Amino acid sequence: MGGTGTTTLNLKLKVWRQNNPQAEGHFEDYDVEGISTDASFLEMLDVVNNRLVKEGKDPIAFDHDCREGICGSCSMTINGNPHGPQRGTTTCQLHMRKFKTGDSITVEPFRAKAFPVIKDLAVNRSAFDKIIASGGYVSVNAGNAPDANARPVPKDVAANAFMAAACIGCGACVAACTNSSAMLFVGAKVSHLGLLPQGDPERERRVLNMMQTMEDAGFGNCSNTGACSLACPKEISFERIANLNSEFLRATVKNRNTSGSVG
Amino acid sequence: MSMKLDSKIPGGELEDKWSKYKFDMKLVNPANKRKHTVIVVGTGLAGASASATMAELGYKVKTFCIHESPRRAHSIAAQGGINAAKNYQNDGDSVYRLFYDTVKGGDFRAREANVYRLAEISPNIIDQCVAQGVPFAREYGGTLTNRSFGGAQVSRTFYARGQTGQQLLIGAYQSMMRQVELKQVELHTRREMVELVVIDGQARGIVVRNLVTGELESHAADAVILATGGYGNVFYFSTNAKLSNVTASWRAHKKGAAFGNPCFTQIHPTCIPYSGDHQSKLTLMSESLRNDGRCWVPKKKGDTRPPEQIPDAERDYYLERVYPSFGNLAPRDIASRQAKYRVDEGLGVGPSKVAVYLDFRDSIQRVGKKGIEEKYDNLFDMYAKITGEDPYKSPMRIYPAVHYTMGGLWVDYNLMSTIPGLHVLGEANFSDHGANRLGASALMQGLADGYFVIPYTIGNYIAGQKIPAIDANHDAFKAAKASAQERIDKLLKVKGSQTVDDFHRKLGNIMWEQVGMARNKPGLEGAIRDIGTLRDQFWNDVRVSGENNNLNPELEKAARVADFLELGELMARDALARDESCGGHFREEFQTADNEALRDDKNFCHVAAWEYTGEAAATGKKNWQRHTEALTFDRVQLATRSYK
Repeated sequence: MGGTGTTTLNLKLKVWRQNNPQAEGHFEDYDVEGISTDASFLEMLDVVNNRLVKEGKDPIAFDHDCREGICGSCSMTINGNPHGPQRGTTTCQLHMRKFKTGDSITVEPFRAKAFPVIKDLAVNRSAFDKIIASGGYVSVNAGNAPDANARPVPKDVAANAFMAAACIGCGACVAACTNSSAMLFVGAKVSHLGLLPQGDPERERRVLNMMQTMEDAGFGNCSNTGACSLACPKEISFERIANLNSEFLRATVKNRNTSGSVG
Repeated sequence: MSMKLDSKIPGGELEDKWSKYKFDMKLVNPANKRKHTVIVVGTGLAGASASATMAELGYKVKTFCIHESPRRAHSIAAQGGINAAKNYQNDGDSVYRLFYDTVKGGDFRAREANVYRLAEISPNIIDQCVAQGVPFAREYGGTLTNRSFGGAQVSRTFYARGQTGQQLLIGAYQSMMRQVELKQVELHTRREMVELVVIDGQARGIVVRNLVTGELESHAADAVILATGGYGNVFYFSTNAKLSNVTASWRAHKKGAAFGNPCFTQIHPTCIPYSGDHQSKLTLMSESLRNDGRCWVPKKKGDTRPPEQIPDAERDYYLERVYPSFGNLAPRDIASRQAKYRVDEGLGVGPSKVAVYLDFRDSIQRVGKKGIEEKYDNLFDMYAKITGEDPYKSPMRIYPAVHYTMGGLWVDYNLMSTIPGLHVLGEANFSDHGANRLGASALMQGLADGYFVIPYTIGNYIAGQKIPAIDANHDAFKAAKASAQERIDKLLKVKGSQTVDDFHRKLGNIMWEQVGMARNKPGLEGAIRDIGTLRDQFWNDVRVSGENNNLNPELEKAARVADFLELGELMARDALARDESCGGHFREEFQTADNEALRDDKNFCHVAAWEYTGEAAATGKKNWQRHTEALTFDRVQLATRSYK
């Protein structure tokens, strides 16, 4: 019951198929007919998969879960754009009314050295978890906390931290960057925790360790194109990277002055 | 069969039970904790917080999730908020009031002692989350702000726009990842628990399927914790994530863990309505929207005018009319039924006529578009993306959908199931919400269980009995692996003609029609029969494509649907056995003159806990035995719930 009036589309899909991490991948073509404009992009793929299963073929593997734009599972690049053509929108929230009948659509996994393909459109993004593990937290054990109102946080500071914390860890920023940099992802976390008084004690240590882990995981340096921010489904601001650079510099200098005690 | 249900509620006054019990519990000394391994399955709020906290205490924790990253668990999608008895608003809240509201909201079908403990712990949760850097909404002065949720007349809900679950989960996930870095938590992603291993009556480990390679892996421990969420996806259409499933709980159930109140299902009143065959799930619109949105339908049947053109006098703001004191903030079960009544009366709206309006016109006039954006911006965006309509201009169309399951594995006060050593947290247990959960209480319970209950009670279990040393080469693991492998091979061997989704949709249809918002005896009897037939067809005609030795989402789905096909029957049996209406369980035969739930406290003031007693070899018929745990109310007087 879409408000815009339901119609159906016929599409030509070109989808990346790769049976396992070691296999050579290739594109395969699929003609798809009668897709409702109210369907999401993933629901369109469900229709294709249902047909493949009935034909006894292997369906297209892709990561998905909440289908509400918040879990960060979807990881596909659509016609060259991570998550497709609509700004601020994950693949699962991209609806087919954004396409026209007769459109050709190329679907491939998020591409980056640090995100190896597992199968078809599913990739391994555990490098992001490693980055968080190296410093993306406040070290506070359960039971340690003072009263929640003990430290006032200005409303705009909390809101700014929230905007950074809205990152869903999908990796679109990496897929969009010509250098496969994770600076927007790291910048979002460094901003989120660095802006809040609770994150202050580990401010230097956090940024130094997360940057090091990012580099070790095979992510590149910032390409300065801003493509990451444009691809980000949560529209995390490119300024988070500027902030990350300044935090990194500040921490590096401080670390040097204190003979490496913060790193 | 003689299953003993001992709730192990400590003695003493309600207010003192938990603190006294914390003192009485046995402790594991810090040096010994590192000698004990605890398995945690699931990394949502309950699983991540439990993993982090037990690791902080010094236990060796092994944590498993089906996702590629633990941060993807479905708690991430919770929108509206988390309750806590902080009384920061000075509006008369207290631990006792939160306790009272929760017991009443659950229609007097939860344990007083558990609910009181939950309310008592709730302020600590907010403290902990703020200390982790959870960016809750704040006032200009820098203090935390609150909003109201259904079933409460105070503002006690803390929130981070419409993304509270995300922010709380990221807090718990980050704390857990810190322990991964410290090597206190061993994290295993893309692993699905396919068997529970019980040795000499104790839960001693699990068998998981590596979803990338198909290999079965054995893991041994001193205790096992399931935090694997609810089973709303048995309905196919629900607001749950696509991967949410009952398999871990069901494997444990079939090994002897009793299933508590399986029929207690929450149908959430405000979801985006079903729109066509292509649809794969339903999407919730947070209850918090009922702070500012008003539910209505046209007074006249067949009124096809656009909603903006229907004048106020011709609108029925039915929640405000029927429940003047709670109005649009009536609890979920009640708000859902009222929406259903309007649609049944032929007053539904939109193309399908199976929807009602949720209208923000008056609030936008009162606080401006910006004021509404600040509170709900992501929810309005999501509505617009899914429906192609602008909810700032015309009202949302909403309808109830399956959202949460109050039922789950039965646990005692320690959160331990009927299998010694097997503990169950969060939505996966039958827990604290009785027959209806109040909004913003799921996040509270998940984190209470993980941060502040299990870290104490797990020590009491470990220190309290002899747990012999075993490893994953024990014969019981080999047997569990063999039985899991047999099930996988069987699924791949059928090579029938219908897809897994075909079966899942058919099951969902039976569940929604007969075990959904309104239930009756003939319908439930029919459902039991039809589910049995469907299950037989599944095992004879399902088509599972692909192989076992690489990522195969069809095979994963097939194994989960096979378990749903058994659970569905148990839910119908439980609903049939409970000859009363309470909370979300509405039996049409038992209602008051004005169509409210009619409880039978004389015969049904109890928890129903179902024991699986095996299958008839000849017919494949499943057998269960129903046990009961009486609920006693010493502090709250049993009363007819009224929100009028």
